[in-house]
This record gives sequence, structure tokens and C-alpha cells, in this order.
Amino acid sequence: MIEFWLSLPPLLQATLKGLAVIAVIFPLAGAGSMAERKVSAWIQGRPGPNRAAIPWLVKIPFLGRALQRLGLFQLLADGLKFFFKEDPVPGHVNKFYFFLAPAVALIPALTTVVAVPFGAWLDGDTVVPIGLANVDLGLLAIFAVSSLGVYALILAGWASNSKYPFLGGVRASAQFISYELSMTISVLPVFLWVNSPGMRGSLSLARVVEFQSLPGFWGGAWFIFTMPVCALIFLIALFAETNRQPFDMPESEADLVGGFHTEYGAFKWAIFFVAEYAHMIVGSGIFTLLFLGGWNPLPWVSLADFSALIGIAGNPLVVGVVSIVIFLLKVLFLIFFFMWVRWTVPRFRYDQVMVLGWQKLLPLSIANLFFYLVVIALLQERL
Amino acid sequence: MPTEFNFPDTAAKNASAAPRVAVARGDSAQLPPQEFEPERMSLSMGPSHPSTHGVLRIQMELDGEVVTEARPVIGYLHRGDEKIAENMTYNQFVPYTDRLDYLAPLANNMAYAIAVERLAGLEVPERCQAIRVITAELARISAHLIGLGAFGIDTGAWTIFLYTFTEREKLYRLFEELTGARFTTSYTRIGGVARDLPEGWTGRVLEFCDQFLPILEEILSLLTRNKIFMDRTVGVGVISKEDALSYGLTGPNLRGSGVAADLRKDRPYSGYERYEFDVPVGSTGDSYDRYLVRGEEMRQSVRIIRQAIEQLPGGDWYARDARRIFAPPKDKILSSMEELIQNFMIVTEGPQMPAGEVYFEAENPKGALGFFIVSKGGGVPYRLKIRAPSFCNLSILPKVCAGAMISDVVSILGSLDFVMGECDR
Repeated sequence: MIEFWLSLPPLLQATLKGLAVIAVIFPLAGAGSMAERKVSAWIQGRPGPNRAAIPWLVKIPFLGRALQRLGLFQLLADGLKFFFKEDPVPGHVNKFYFFLAPAVALIPALTTVVAVPFGAWLDGDTVVPIGLANVDLGLLAIFAVSSLGVYALILAGWASNSKYPFLGGVRASAQFISYELSMTISVLPVFLWVNSPGMRGSLSLARVVEFQSLPGFWGGAWFIFTMPVCALIFLIALFAETNRQPFDMPESEADLVGGFHTEYGAFKWAIFFVAEYAHMIVGSGIFTLLFLGGWNPLPWVSLADFSALIGIAGNPLVVGVVSIVIFLLKVLFLIFFFMWVRWTVPRFRYDQVMVLGWQKLLPLSIANLFFYLVVIALLQERL
Repeated sequence: MPTEFNFPDTAAKNASAAPRVAVARGDSAQLPPQEFEPERMSLSMGPSHPSTHGVLRIQMELDGEVVTEARPVIGYLHRGDEKIAENMTYNQFVPYTDRLDYLAPLANNMAYAIAVERLAGLEVPERCQAIRVITAELARISAHLIGLGAFGIDTGAWTIFLYTFTEREKLYRLFEELTGARFTTSYTRIGGVARDLPEGWTGRVLEFCDQFLPILEEILSLLTRNKIFMDRTVGVGVISKEDALSYGLTGPNLRGSGVAADLRKDRPYSGYERYEFDVPVGSTGDSYDRYLVRGEEMRQSVRIIRQAIEQLPGGDWYARDARRIFAPPKDKILSSMEELIQNFMIVTEGPQMPAGEVYFEAENPKGALGFFIVSKGGGVPYRLKIRAPSFCNLSILPKVCAGAMISDVVSILGSLDFVMGECDR
């Protein structure tokens, strides 16, 4: 099967992989909204959506009821609803940009997936990452593309030609730009560590994971242990960049009603949300790759060791599936963490978000960078 | 295209303002930048907005995100309750009091009943007083729970709201058992209450109190030392002692500003002097203080309820001797001519009041709810004026909101904890 796959022309391979990723990301984003409702329900001590049912499917013993209790049919119903409900366009909007904004939101969200490796398989002894493209620019490409996402929010805010969306758009532009700085600086130590002098430099995420699967104490340690401050800053910035509470200024529903998407409804609104969840999934994926060891099951236990341990090393397909599952589990845990935080803490005020970004996170990330510059210069040769 | 949505409109307004300044100075080209009027945006928050708690509308002038001017626009829920009162007997107005502060109908019922009883010079039996105190304090807990939950939502903490709603639901079960209705209780009658306490009800209230206090601590612990919540509330919406008094604030909002004024202590009614409780006061008068005061008031209410149930006297639960005010028991009505006629007269003519005037305020969850009643005798008030605490509490809004940010306005609204049903009447 692997041989057949490798015999396909590269363009076809890439297209198929791309379609596969879209086919995964879209339902995952939908499931994200469902999970949001379920997780919030669990946190708030209520059952959450558990009534919707498909007549014949729900009759399947055990499974049907279980799916119903998990609210999976509700997810389908919601998805269908967004397709079929009326899509009103207010008379006062600028139609072109109003329609453009959701598309602009979705494109970067899906494009960033390209550079995120999400698993690996063993070719003999070498670990080959699975991903759409092992881009050398790696993280830089992701940052560059995902920062385009803010244009969608600004565009939506402006095109709506209404006051609450306008305020949401203004907040979005300021907030996202501020947090991109500390986000980028916070991951620099990781790449300084990975690209020690004399090596071929690369910002590829697969390489970061490779580094976290090296043998030895320092090799196998995930970066969250060796660089906790980086991980913390990156996580906080991730919250801000993915527009999640407590940083959801652009839409903060208590004061701006719906923020940038106040005037949106039906499918266009749903696209904004798919984009938001896709951002969250990709963001969690990057965090997993950078700080949580990617597809390595445990700290100091690399994928290769693990597959040898449970005796699947000879079967590349199984290793690939196992690695993807491990990776997805970590991503899902992070997404759960996002939701957990959202339903626990109150929301910042807009100026407090800015103060946190510019006066606290940015100096901290710069100091952190200098600290690791010194540490890496002094220590790395000896480790 | 509707013009009010066009931003160029505001721009035009500002453009027309700019030459005015320039003409006055006689030189438009060399104006120093700080002399320009900053561009203002008007923003209408409400009447349909997630955080205006009903149908309040706030007309704001914004300088960026900073509110330079805020004008509350009220009246969207005006139903003419005071005029309605002139057209019905005293007992018939009891259901209308449910709809004043619809988060604490039991407390409104009591305030209204006591006001009319003061007019008649009637003293209800001690058991009736104690029952009213228990119900009013339960209503206070339920109202503060909603206030707390809504405040949580306003600052972005949704989960608080669901937690408080769960507790309120337990209270509503108790209300339903007692009065037959969850929301619009209409429990009091002039001269008594609608019916005696059901069997075992006080035990269930005590059970509720026992399990409620730990849950309350849990809910409050989610907010009290939460850094984000403190950032959002400490030093926000500060109302000084003097301002609070001069704007006529009452209730937790006044106590949050450091004035230990509580009508239950200052002018005890319905036997409040028999119970021991503390009056919490804030120190700075910001949103955070008002939040803390409400939290403590719930604990004190539990204290009062426990004492009231412990000391609950037996005997009559309505004024048996007030034959022209409170209807006789049902079995008597069905078996005796005298009582039948008495009941018929009270139902058709209303409880008979002497001519005169009375003003009575009770310490409701939102503040001092006052009823001013002018009677010319008979069963119908000549004029009934309601002093609504939410109305007075909202009057300070322009003062506290000026200079705040949009998000602050929302948290200030949450901390003032008003009910539009009462404000608009």
C-alpha cells in the first residue's frame, strides 16, 4: 500500500492529502463547536445537548443512544441548519467586502495546515513526518499566513457599517498585532536550541519534534520542561491570537453584542466559526509540536522506541496511524484546555489586554529570549 | 439606505463642528492639533442588548472606547402600574407588585402589604410577620443570586450564572410549594398571607440553607480573588459616600459606598428587630465592593431565615380580628351566613381602609422600595406612588459612566443590579 502511495505522482499525492486534511479540519471544527457546548455543560453542571436524534440511527443498540447523549446528532442538525436557514444581508453593509470577509477568514485558517506535520511513520529506522509539506520556513510560514486572518475581522467590522462590529474590528486589529510580537519572540529560543551553530538552519516544525525524540536526558525532554516560560507566553499569545476568552475582545458578547460578526448570520457566520476553530486546532497543533513533543507518546519515550516496545515498528502504516492518534490526543487535550479556561474565567477589558500584551508579555519574552541566548551559548556544547 | 448607520454622518457632524472652532479663532490652517475636537461616536446600548438587563437603553458618546457621556433612556417597560392601582382594590394590586422587581416578588408583596396595613393601623400576628420575613429573605437570596450571575456574565464569566441559576431553581421549588407559583407569587394579602406554611416546608428551607452556604462560597471563590475579575471591578464605577447619598441610592449600592443604612435595622418592620444580623458595608464604593456586599448579604439572609424558623411562633397567620380587611377561612364562608357576607364584601368592595396617607419603605433586595398611598376611604386607593429603588439607583449612571470604557459600563451596570420592571413601573 505504501508502495502504491509512493508510486502516485507527487501532485496527486499532495492534492489527496490536501483534501484529506480539509475533510478532517472541517468536521473537527464543527465538532469543536459541539465540544464547546458539551464541555461548557459539564463545567456548568448540566447535561448539554442530548436530545437530537436521527430516527433510524438512534435505534442502534447502545451506540445510537451513546451518540445521542454525546450530542453528535445535534452537531449534524446544526451543520444542516447553517446551510438551509435564511441568510439575511442587512441593507447598510458593503456587500462585496461583507461577503469577502468570511472567505478571508477561512483561507488562512486552512492554509496554515499545510506546514503542520501531524504524524510520522518509520522508514526503516528513520522517522519520516507526515504532513502536506515539510516546509523549511515552517513556523515562519504559518505565522505569516495566519496573521492574515486578522484582515477578515477588520473587513467584517468595516463592511458591516454598523457600530458594534466596527468597534470589534478596531479591537481585533490592535490586539492581534500586539500579540503576534510576543508570540514570535517566545518561540525563538526553541529554534535557537534546535539550530545550533554549524547545523543546517531550518524553521521546520518536524525538526523540532525530531529534537524532542533524541536519546538522552536533554534530548528526550520536551521543550515545555526545558523552556516553560516560552511555552507559557506562547500559550497566552495563542489565546489572544485565536480570539478565545479571556482575550475575545473582538467579539466580547457582553459589551459588543457579537463584535465583528454582529451583522452576520447563517452560513457566513458559521464560516467565521469554522475559521476560529480551525485556528484553534492549528494553534494547538503548533503548541504540541513545539512544546509537547509532537507525536512522541511520552517525554523521554520517542515514537521509534514506543513502536519497538509494542511491536509495531515493522508496519509503517500502523505506526503512522498511532502517531497521528497520539498527536491528535494532545491537540484535543489542548482544545479542551482552551474551553476549560473559557468557561472558568471572566473576560479582560480591552485596555488591560493591551497592557498585558505590550507591557508584560513583550518584555518578558524579550528577557526570556536573552536568557536562552546566554544559556544556549554557554551550555549547549556540553549537553 | 438608512442614514443613521452611515459613519460619514458622524464625520459630517464633526466636520461641521470643526469650522465653527476655526471661525471662532479666525484661522483654520494653523490650529494646533490638540485644539481639535476629538471625533466622537454616538453609540446606543440597548434597549435590546445582552447586558442591559432587560430594556434599559444607554445613549453614549464615545471618544474611541472611552465613554464621555452616558444618558440612560428608560421607560421601555412602562406599564402604568401606579395608575392601574387606582382602579382596583388593594388586594387586586398584589399581583402587580410581583411585576415590579420581578426577581424578588415575595419581598415586593410584603412591602406593599405592610404599607396598606400601616394605612389601616393594622398589626398582623407574629407568625404572619415571621412568615413574611422568611419569604422576603428567601426572595433576597434569589434576587442576589441573579444579580451575581448577571454580574458574572457582564464580566464574561458565564459559568457563575449557571451555578447561581441552579441554586435559584431550588428556591423556586420552595416558592412553588408555598405559593403555587414559581415566579409571580402574589403571596401576601392585606392583613395576612394567602395561606399558612405547608407542612414540612420550614424543614426544607433549612435543608436548602445548609446546602446553600458551601455552594455560595464555591461560587464566590470563582470571582472574589480572581485577578481578571478584580481588574475589571476594583476601582471601576466608584461612587463616593456623598454621591451615593445625594443621588438617593439605597440598598447594597448605598452600603457598597460605605453607608451602613439598612431599613431592617434602622426602622425595623415585620419583626426584624427580633433577629440578629450584620449589615455589610463597602469601603471604596466600587463595583467590587458592591459585589462583596451582595455576597455577604446572602450569608446574613441565611442567618435571619434560620433564626426566624427557629423562633417561628404558632397561632394565627392572618389578622383574625380585622373582619373588614381579611376574608374569613373558607370552611366558615361555606357554612355560615355572616362569614359569607363578610367574604362577599371584601371581594367586591375590597378591604376597607380609613381615609389618610401613608408612606412605607421596606429594605428590598435592590434597595428601599417605598409605597406612598393616599386613601379617601373604601377599598380602592386614591393615589398610589411607588418609590422604585432601581429607578433611583440608575440615576447615578451618567456620573459613574463618564470616563469609563465600554466594557466598564457593562460591569458597572452589572454591579448596580437593577430591574427595569421596577424602574419603569
